[in-house]
Amino acid sequence: MRLKEVIERLGLVVCTHRERDEVEVTGGHAGDLLSDVMANSQAGHVWVTIQVHPNIVAVAVLKDLAAIILANGRQPQSETLEKAQVQGVTLLTTALPTFEVVGRLYGMMKDEG
Amino acid sequence: MELPPFLQSERKRPGYADAFNSSFIFHPSSFLESGVMLRRWRADLHIHTCLSPCAEKEMTPPAIVGQARKVGLELIAICDHNAADNAEAVMAVGRREGVAVIPGIEITTSEEVHILGLFDRLRDLEAVCDHVDAYLEGENQPEVFGPQEVVDETGAVLRENKRLLIGACGLALDEVVGLIASYGGCAIASHIDREAFGLIGHLGFIPDVPLNGLEVSARMTVAEAREKFALGTQYAIIRSSDAHRLEEIGKASSVLEMEAPTVPEIRRALEGVEGRKIISDFGF
Repeated sequence: MRLKEVIERLGLVVCTHRERDEVEVTGGHAGDLLSDVMANSQAGHVWVTIQVHPNIVAVAVLKDLAAIILANGRQPQSETLEKAQVQGVTLLTTALPTFEVVGRLYGMMKDEG
Repeated sequence: MELPPFLQSERKRPGYADAFNSSFIFHPSSFLESGVMLRRWRADLHIHTCLSPCAEKEMTPPAIVGQARKVGLELIAICDHNAADNAEAVMAVGRREGVAVIPGIEITTSEEVHILGLFDRLRDLEAVCDHVDAYLEGENQPEVFGPQEVVDETGAVLRENKRLLIGACGLALDEVVGLIASYGGCAIASHIDREAFGLIGHLGFIPDVPLNGLEVSARMTVAEAREKFALGTQYAIIRSSDAHRLEEIGKASSVLEMEAPTVPEIRRALEGVEGRKIISDFGF
């Protein structure tokens, strides 16, 4: 499924790099420990987290993630926004709690096949 | 005498006279009945070098010590992420330039909480580094996280540390604090006022582990932190800069009343025993 569809169906707000929405989403990862995401996520995954500090951008770049979704109404720090802009990372936000975002994402991807 | 720049702004604060007196280098010392002479030390106990991937390349031993002198610090501690390859070089420059330098480390626990370890002897710190290293995984990617430069006393690059120092080690909080204590170090929870990598931010509370103290960043005063996090008087709290670039050095600091700028003395000041104590904290 394309990131564009994820954004539309979940009503996500795009903070940076909307033009990357043609990217193919291969799966997802939910977690707030960077070490866990670095160890267990895969390229093309969408990452759902409540961490808003700039280090999340480096992790997204390192693992070649499709996008970061900040859940629960969390807003990125200004340095995080800047870094995401510079590094070409798509940063998305939602008021939905992590549990719901992940549940809905999982359902969407399962239906796809 | 010409006031260092950070003190000039202090003039406008209420209680300026107290602030000046407590930080003036040649403040009259207090004599204890035991004959021990105490004096006050302005300390920034959390400064990174160019070894930490997130720190700027300008954070070399001569530059760090030079900046510390410039802003009137008499005591600093070097705390890089999960390693301490540059500590000895900074200590050597400090000895020459008259700034006391304590070798330390900032360990990232498995819960991704940052804990400072300050050590009296370099070999104790090195033993702790070896232990932490055994629980670190992964290799650094300089283009993503930044370079991890090991340098000599002049700041010349000797090599790069290849380990993923930005990562979390496999030791939990209580294991890390226990490790620091077992080598006679002083364990302090870094920047508890910060959500990211902060003890309270990640665990939601301060667990019952033998920390010697808590650290607050430049973002708020110790008094504000005590109130905001309902810390009461239970914990010893110092303030430090967590400097990753030169201009941040001394941005937050504490004044400690001690006999000497050593780790056993810092522990006494944190405990508030034998006349040693934390006098005040500053930020700008």
